[in-house]
Amino acid sequence: MASTRDKAGRPIVVVTGRGIVTSLGAGKTDNWAKLTAGQSGVRNITRFPTEGLKTRFAGTVDFVPVEPYSTPALSEQLAAMAAEEAISESGIGSKGDFPGPLFLAVPPIEIEWPQRRELAGASGANDAVTYQDVLRAAATGRFAAMHPRFQFISVADHLADMFGTKGSPISLSTACASGATAIQLGVEAIRRGETDAALCIGTDGSVNPESLIRFSLLSALSTSNDAPQGAARPFAKNRDGFVMAEGAGALVLESMEGALARGAKILGVLEGCGEMADAFHRTRSSPDGKPIIGCIRNALADAGLTPDDIDHVNPHGTGTPENDKMEALGMTAVFGERAKTIPVSSNKSMIGHTLSAAGAVEAVISLLTLDHQRIPPTINYQVPDPSIPLDVVPNVARDAKVTHVISNSFGFGGQNVSLVMGREPA
Amino acid sequence: MAEGTEATREAWITGIGIVSTLGEGPDAHWQGLSAGQPRADETTYAPYVIHQIAPLDLDKQIPKKGDQRQMEPWQRIGTYAAGLALDSAGLKGNAELLARTDMIVAAGGGERDVAVDGAILSGLPKAAQPEVYLNERLMSDLRPTLFLAQLSNLLAGNISIVHGVTGSSRTFMGEEAAGVDAVRIALSRIAAGQSEIALVGGGYNADRPDLIMLYEFGGFNLRAPFAPVWKRGPKGGFALGSLGAFLVLENREHAQKRGAKPLARLTKVLSDRSPRRQPGQAADVLRKMWAGLDLKPGRHALISGASGAEPAASEERALIAEHPGLPVRAPATYVGTAMEPQFAMNIALAALAVSRGNLFPPGDDSGVERAMEGPLTQAVVTSVGHWRGEGLALVEAP
Repeated sequence: MASTRDKAGRPIVVVTGRGIVTSLGAGKTDNWAKLTAGQSGVRNITRFPTEGLKTRFAGTVDFVPVEPYSTPALSEQLAAMAAEEAISESGIGSKGDFPGPLFLAVPPIEIEWPQRRELAGASGANDAVTYQDVLRAAATGRFAAMHPRFQFISVADHLADMFGTKGSPISLSTACASGATAIQLGVEAIRRGETDAALCIGTDGSVNPESLIRFSLLSALSTSNDAPQGAARPFAKNRDGFVMAEGAGALVLESMEGALARGAKILGVLEGCGEMADAFHRTRSSPDGKPIIGCIRNALADAGLTPDDIDHVNPHGTGTPENDKMEALGMTAVFGERAKTIPVSSNKSMIGHTLSAAGAVEAVISLLTLDHQRIPPTINYQVPDPSIPLDVVPNVARDAKVTHVISNSFGFGGQNVSLVMGREPA
Repeated sequence: MAEGTEATREAWITGIGIVSTLGEGPDAHWQGLSAGQPRADETTYAPYVIHQIAPLDLDKQIPKKGDQRQMEPWQRIGTYAAGLALDSAGLKGNAELLARTDMIVAAGGGERDVAVDGAILSGLPKAAQPEVYLNERLMSDLRPTLFLAQLSNLLAGNISIVHGVTGSSRTFMGEEAAGVDAVRIALSRIAAGQSEIALVGGGYNADRPDLIMLYEFGGFNLRAPFAPVWKRGPKGGFALGSLGAFLVLENREHAQKRGAKPLARLTKVLSDRSPRRQPGQAADVLRKMWAGLDLKPGRHALISGASGAEPAASEERALIAEHPGLPVRAPATYVGTAMEPQFAMNIALAALAVSRGNLFPPGDDSGVERAMEGPLTQAVVTSVGHWRGEGLALVEAP
């Protein structure tokens, strides 16, 4: 019988369930078909009028109706769909009784403009509206439901109820690395022996006017309004920013021992996690790339692997001039000459940047890649950037032998997380 | 050491950084808690009561003006408190150690531009196309960098930039529960050998009408006149308080090797979730956690996380009544309610008490808080969040 401990003597953590929702569709089957066909889920925004905006498109999930829309409401619904799929594939526990904790990557939650307008209207103020007025409306008790809805804990709390996860559910943010951090926390909990299973979810349904404008004001978004589906151009010379997007990814993680004991099918191995914070700047990476390099190396060391063992990278690959340059620099430093030949494929070219969900969504896609031994392409790659000498799997999916994949996630605030996933227990 | 395979490792609290309306640092807090005269601000947001932060000389912990400008108050308070904690643990400026220091911040979201919100809300009813008006005003009126002062994980980001903590950086969100789980996970990682040293805590700015509004939806805010936590009547209420609280947790051997002294030992942190469908459920969760504690008769006290919000405060009060003679203190009477960093603040105050070997005087004459004579060696710290968030810690003399 295979050992259920890794080289460092820790419990091996395996994946037994995967769930995904993106702008391409709900579920693994639909997403995989479209990802490997090189389709884009990016479209013009119809959720709200976009006049006056510099960017008028996004990878919204429009086929999941929530009324009234709010970031927590849609994020919760997307997370629930992904979790349902992952738990169902895993066959773990019973309905509404998941035998482990919940780690949820979720966008920051706040009262949004529709609520603010409703309160201002209810305040009776007829000229200059101040917070004094909306406070008066809040005090009527008529808006009591807004309190739990806009608590940061509410999405995780509702999911904990829905799926019967155990203990205090953890909501977290490491900005655009959040989804990967959720998985890392699950891996660590299982390695500590606290639990045999963990439900790790990244979700994001935050395409609303102010969220979009915030990124826009930082000049982070693509403004290719004429051709939304061609707007996300990771690693291409004509890349002009990322495309905001929605989605969710969910993994059921288990100790290998627990999974084998219940006869579960092992779908992949979470071999290692690495992180390193960057103290250089709030939105930019350290110019020497050290934190990115350190993060990737930490993940490899945690997995007990060397750079030579990695045969595919699922990069952060946002399509911003800065990220892709720095990520390429980091990979070149870690992988040396091999950096030019390892397939590096950015899912964000098709689904956009799912922000808090991205690390989890891309972990699911990495696992599907291991499963199918086929690498989805980086689409919209027409103009190579000579300063980025990577094999980005341009425009067309490719069959390949993939044994170990590393998935990178980087975020504002100096957040860097890398996950190493493998096909089978070493 | 392999994780999860060896005996649990001991964790020390080797650093504390606290700021609140009582001032900055352990001494100011001890004096404030001992003076027996809680004060609050009843005028800024009348009729609602809050606790303002004492004036801080920001330059002492955030030397670059540029960094100060990039932050809003919640981040400045938190970054300041984190600096105090690093100073207290002897880590400040030690690049090698800071690069290995793990960080878990418990955070909400940042300030809004109140003037911009007000102007837009005033203009919207008159706009021919309100949605388009909203787009245009936000595009032109929002400061681009305000986003970075709002993002939950940017307190951690600022601590990395200002103080150089880069081992890892994680931000937990979720009000009181986030504060408990941040400390719990930091401790679990140290106990299991996944981490040697960690900075954990958060910052909170109560001087925000948008937050008072959020809690007023549910009628949680205390209205003037101010009263101590246990004397807020059947409707109860909390007074939001601006404060920052960070702890440096450290594996004992690691601390000993570098000659760091323990302020206290953090021997247990538990959290759980009660759906609170029935009255008493939150207290039940706490009662179960309490049952597992190894407490020394006559030498322990409770630092309660009670905020005054009901029914949470009454539930905890009922639990307290099951322990006759138990000395209780609810620091929220003095420092207010700060959601995410509240638990770290209360652990810091508990650590101060056990390190001094005695408890500060009662904060009211409600009968819940009673004088404690004897030596103090253990302090139980609770959290019963206003809506969710049950947790408990055990802090022991070194």
